[in-house]
Amino acid sequence: MSTALRLELTGISKQYPAVKANDRVSLRVKPGEIHAVLGENGAGKSTLMKVIYGAVQPDEGAIHFDGRPVRVASPAMARALGISMVYQHFSLFDTLTVAQNVWLGLDKSLALPEVTARIREVATGYGLDVEPERPVHTLSVGERQRVEIVRALLTKPKLLILDEPTSVLTPQAVDKLFVVLRRLADEGTSILYISHKLDEIRALCHHCTVLRGGKVTGEVDPTQESNASLSRLMIGAEPPALKHDTQHTAGPVAMAVQRLSLPTADPFGVALDGIALELRSGEILGIAGVSGNGQQELMAALSGEDVRAPAGSITLFGQDIARLPPQRRRALGLHFVPEERLGRGAVPTLSLAENTLLTRSAGIGRGGWLAPGEVAALARKLIDRFQVKAGGPGAAARSLSGGNLQKFLVGREIDAAPKVLIVAQPTWGVDVGAAALIRGELLALRDAGCAVLVVSEELDELFEISDRLVVIARGRLSPALPAAEATVEQIGTWMSGLWDAATVTASEGRHAEA
Amino acid sequence: MLKLEARAAPSQWMTVASPLLALLLTALVAALILAGIGQDPLAGLRVLFIEPLTGRRQISEVLLKATPLIVIALGLAVCYRANVWNIGAEGQFLLGCVGAGGMAIWLTTQGIVLPKIVGIPLVLLAGMLGGLLWAALVALLRDRFNANEILVSLMLVYVAQQVVNALVFGPWKDPQGFNMPQSVGFHASLHLPPLLERTRLHIGFVIAIVLALVVTLFLFRSFRGFQLQVGGLAPAAARYAGFSARSALWTALLLSGALAGLAGAMEVAGPTKQVTPYLSTGLGFTAIIVCFVGRLNPLGIVAAGVLLSLMLIGGELAQSRLGLPNAMASVLQGLLLLILLACDTFIHQRLRWMPSRKSSNKAVA
Repeated sequence: MSTALRLELTGISKQYPAVKANDRVSLRVKPGEIHAVLGENGAGKSTLMKVIYGAVQPDEGAIHFDGRPVRVASPAMARALGISMVYQHFSLFDTLTVAQNVWLGLDKSLALPEVTARIREVATGYGLDVEPERPVHTLSVGERQRVEIVRALLTKPKLLILDEPTSVLTPQAVDKLFVVLRRLADEGTSILYISHKLDEIRALCHHCTVLRGGKVTGEVDPTQESNASLSRLMIGAEPPALKHDTQHTAGPVAMAVQRLSLPTADPFGVALDGIALELRSGEILGIAGVSGNGQQELMAALSGEDVRAPAGSITLFGQDIARLPPQRRRALGLHFVPEERLGRGAVPTLSLAENTLLTRSAGIGRGGWLAPGEVAALARKLIDRFQVKAGGPGAAARSLSGGNLQKFLVGREIDAAPKVLIVAQPTWGVDVGAAALIRGELLALRDAGCAVLVVSEELDELFEISDRLVVIARGRLSPALPAAEATVEQIGTWMSGLWDAATVTASEGRHAEA
Repeated sequence: MLKLEARAAPSQWMTVASPLLALLLTALVAALILAGIGQDPLAGLRVLFIEPLTGRRQISEVLLKATPLIVIALGLAVCYRANVWNIGAEGQFLLGCVGAGGMAIWLTTQGIVLPKIVGIPLVLLAGMLGGLLWAALVALLRDRFNANEILVSLMLVYVAQQVVNALVFGPWKDPQGFNMPQSVGFHASLHLPPLLERTRLHIGFVIAIVLALVVTLFLFRSFRGFQLQVGGLAPAAARYAGFSARSALWTALLLSGALAGLAGAMEVAGPTKQVTPYLSTGLGFTAIIVCFVGRLNPLGIVAAGVLLSLMLIGGELAQSRLGLPNAMASVLQGLLLLILLACDTFIHQRLRWMPSRKSSNKAVA
């Protein structure tokens, strides 16, 4: 390579009060290179990107951009250098149009009609299907991401940073995104691709820097590596293999949902439309789908947080529970782990012990008086049984890492010996070790005869643990498929709402008979 | 540019120390104000903070005034922990006076003489009912029409004062009272028993201390109290657990209304012994400050109630001894709350100097 490096980081360190997020990290990105930054949650990827983008100042280390030493004091300065970033969580105003949103983020030298024209130009140039006049709230999550990418491309960046870009996309949309990224790279744009998905990195990236505990643990050519070798670099060990009993036979129907339609309570929510599903004892049913397609609304109706469901639409062992509040459903054996851990699954400022009281009645004595000793004993038991790293039963929920809190919350419901367990995003933002433990616990629960319903945006996870799969799209639910017969391509097509009309009528007919 | 940044771990010790620090800073600012209006700051501070504690009679007056503050603030602490912003305790206090006064006036004018052990609880219960019903109005409007409880409870304070006026200028006016706007004096069997000989301090203070212990148990040892607080800390978690937000709203408001009403009943059955239009002296508002200075904690509230009462009486003394304006006491109360909130801000956050954005904007252009 005769040309200068596009970006060179040397010895970047950043100390936060509790952790050293980056410890002498070095990174070299060539022009036109797609460079992966691989690491578990908490490995220091986000901090490193914030350093490059000027949102965080490093304690030590130097940054060179196009061969010149630079100090990136702010994101505005990063943009002036030619660095653009697409965040995992979009920053778009729902009520404004695409063009208005993009215009807001630019310096005000261009008029709105010019911006609209530029968006069309860039969008068609890269095959990014974006209509500038549409209000953002009418867009799917994939379309919103395209808006963010177009916004980044309008500044003609030399370096584009993408933070976990595929977590909200269908497999087909991921393929489309990769085509665009490869073209950008061919034109000389360098891309920093942050991810923990090994397959994607191996398929897309030219070079890969692996972070673990804030340090660089490897620099490799991902096309020459296997998932196992990358995983070893990322977590220091190979992911524990799950024993998945494929010869599993499911028991009787535990929970049945029929003709569940619900108008949305929130103007930007999704209405549920004729949802029907059967969940059997001793099986794991996975619900796949791109986020924002009705998962939240369906979970609220099943958990009892939303009791507007029509009477008779949800039954548990034959009993109508559609209008029962959450604690009555728990008393009947239906437990739920929500996707938001802090603020919904747990009260951030309260201790782990106190947080057991949200769903468990151990320690509530006669007359509604609490027995602090018993409450703490339950918390201690959960900490031991599910290997939660915490300061003890008195530790505040918010003091735990995401993975440890998730182990505690999943554990809190599993320990209640549920007959039906509903889990939303069981391993979201959880490190590989904790994810394996949680998946193993879910499988063990199934083998013990519990009916488990898992909602996840990670297809790999669903294929790994589910016995049957359904897909949710635009508030509608597809027919169920045995996981062994399903393919990623098929589920991906279904995630766009395109399941065969014939199958739907057939399955509705079946439910009507039942 | 200065920027507030969250601290990683707020010091536990400072959380306790911050009211004391705020008190110290308030005294400092008070000294500056005194010097500014040409008074000797040290003599002024002595009158404000020390004088009310010299002597049995003075101390009994401080505890007497602290009693309603503590009782009202205990109810408010439950409300605020449940994220229900009842700032109309003053109105609930007045309706407590009306309820208790009505019962006492009726018993007195009918010539019914009950044993103390029956009559006094009857009067206190009538007062609690008055405050409870006044707060129930707030709960009903919030629950049924989603009317903001801050506005509704505050506006009902002014209605409450008019209710008192209408009664004492009308049907409750004492026929032998030379047309003064006041009710008959209550029968002696309905007066709260004194706690100390030859002082006005009554058993209400003991009731306040007992209530502080009961509210402590309710908040930290009962499942109901836990549910209320989860609703305040994380509404989504309360929904997930199935703790009803409606029931929390009603419980918090009815409880705080009943306690404010009890405070009112103990005022009319204690020091005043009759109903007059001048029962409201802003105790219900001062109790809000007591509640926060006491960290929404019942035992803290007992201490803060005594402190604020001390400042109120100190303000009165400064008025008569030093000729300071009447507003001095309110200024000090306001200062104390403001400084306390500022101290809290700096316990949870710290100031940092951020490089000005102007230079980076130039880089873009």
